[in-house]
Amino acid sequence: MLDDFFLRAVLAGLAVVLATGPLGCFVVWRRMAYFGDATAHAAILGVALALGFSISIFIGTLVVALVMAMTVAVLAGRGWAMDTTLGVLAHSALAFGLVAVSFLPGVRVDLTAYLFGDILAVNRVDLAVISGGAVLVAGLLVWRWSALLTATLSEDLAHAAGLHPARERLVLTLALAVVVAVALKVVGALLIAALLIVPAAAARALARSPEAMALLAVAIGAAAVLGGLRASLVWDTPAGPSIVAVAAVIFAASLPLGVLARAGARP
Amino acid sequence: MPRLPRRTMSAAQVSARSDPHAGGCADGEGGQGCGAHPPLQPSPEALITARGLGVGFGGPLVLRDVDFTIAPGEIVTIVGPNGSGKSVLLRALLGILAPRRGQVTRRRGLRVGYVPQRLHIDQALPMPVHRFLSLPQRHGPEAQARVLARVGVPDVAHKQMTVLSGGQFQRVLLARALLAEPELLVLDEPTQGLDQPGTAAFYRLIEAVRGELGCAVLSVSHDLHVVMSASDRVICLNGHICCQGTPQVVLNAPEYRALFGPGTGGALALYQHHHDHAHDHGGVAEPATLDQQEGHG
Repeated sequence: MLDDFFLRAVLAGLAVVLATGPLGCFVVWRRMAYFGDATAHAAILGVALALGFSISIFIGTLVVALVMAMTVAVLAGRGWAMDTTLGVLAHSALAFGLVAVSFLPGVRVDLTAYLFGDILAVNRVDLAVISGGAVLVAGLLVWRWSALLTATLSEDLAHAAGLHPARERLVLTLALAVVVAVALKVVGALLIAALLIVPAAAARALARSPEAMALLAVAIGAAAVLGGLRASLVWDTPAGPSIVAVAAVIFAASLPLGVLARAGARP
Repeated sequence: MPRLPRRTMSAAQVSARSDPHAGGCADGEGGQGCGAHPPLQPSPEALITARGLGVGFGGPLVLRDVDFTIAPGEIVTIVGPNGSGKSVLLRALLGILAPRRGQVTRRRGLRVGYVPQRLHIDQALPMPVHRFLSLPQRHGPEAQARVLARVGVPDVAHKQMTVLSGGQFQRVLLARALLAEPELLVLDEPTQGLDQPGTAAFYRLIEAVRGELGCAVLSVSHDLHVVMSASDRVICLNGHICCQGTPQVVLNAPEYRALFGPGTGGALALYQHHHDHAHDHGGVAEPATLDQQEGHG
């Protein structure tokens, strides 16, 4: 049954949003949007290194994303001006990645697939890796949920409750690196951050608790995957950008709905 | 000395507690400890003990040479001018800040209820009160309803934290701290942003709750006239411990007067006003703030 490329694409997309839904909520709550961008852009450098050393693209992006995420986390901990630091790191990683790819001997690399994703080309092995990584991240977030949420609300409160906010930050950093590595094939390095942020932002307008927001973000992400893939099939549009475009439309629609919901909630 | 419930403290006991401090504090030059407080005794049941504590952020130490201990059931208040390191001390004692010098020991498994100075909840994070009360540990709806009623906000469980008024917000923070059944309640200027009646009501609530739980209370405050009168021990802080002792002792200490004398005349006057009433008219003045002074007189 997995012979159908479209079915594999749908499953890969749904697996990814299972992880990006809740993780995207933390990215929004902790104002880590640019952090996600920097990590995702670094993935292109990972692609270049993986092709250069003939290792798996997944491993290459995972390692570079991890290094980038840790670097940013350490710099943030030292109180660097994150806006500038992240801007420098994100775009340097992207630029060096693109330059490095051009140096690769032999086969000409089709960068579009890595920049914007190639979800319709997902094979069985890809699907296994993507679902494995996504389920791992979702499981990690569910397992640490209460501690992550407390540390996100206030690191001081988390400390006083005997938790270790630094450990929870590390959990999110690891989760982000894994998500970047598995989502590269689905939406590409340039749009991974969008898949994190847009569904979570759309869910915010409608949710009244953190858990509801995370579940809604998954549902909105799933709707975006289904709608985007359908659109790409019907109109022959690029799949990754179509998914993000549908998510953005849902976000726009959520704004007036949120206003109505809040007005209704008031006595 | 074992701590006695404040309201049953006799005149003799109060004098015994304060006199040695008074003599020492008057001798001090404002330096560390001013020789007033008794040497720190290692006590196995102390909730938190700090020795030679120094805290800094890269530059010079913000806090230095602090020896501190708090016993079960004790009410300790830290006062000091802005930038004197009050919150820093509190955060170092809780383990939020790592000390650069000395060490902090917390009793194993110590349950702390922490009411922070302020808590900003990002608009992006939907957070109803009932969910906030269950962070990180889950508490059932009955327990939540009980503690919300106790702190005087029975109807807010399903409201968003961001729509609460300042007073309601502080009470919810207190409710969350109480749900942990704390052995130590830590309050970092918990009434910031409340008006004077709100502040007084909040401290009366803390007093009452403490009476029920028997927990120790460690608080930081500017609200001298309210807090000092409710404390077993006041620590006057300005980068180091200037002086400490019972509220009367600290109030009369030259170090304290040097720090607060001119700037907070109103607060001091209000405090002494109550004090005089207690002397002259016995039970006329507000009982919640005066029992100890009556004994002293």
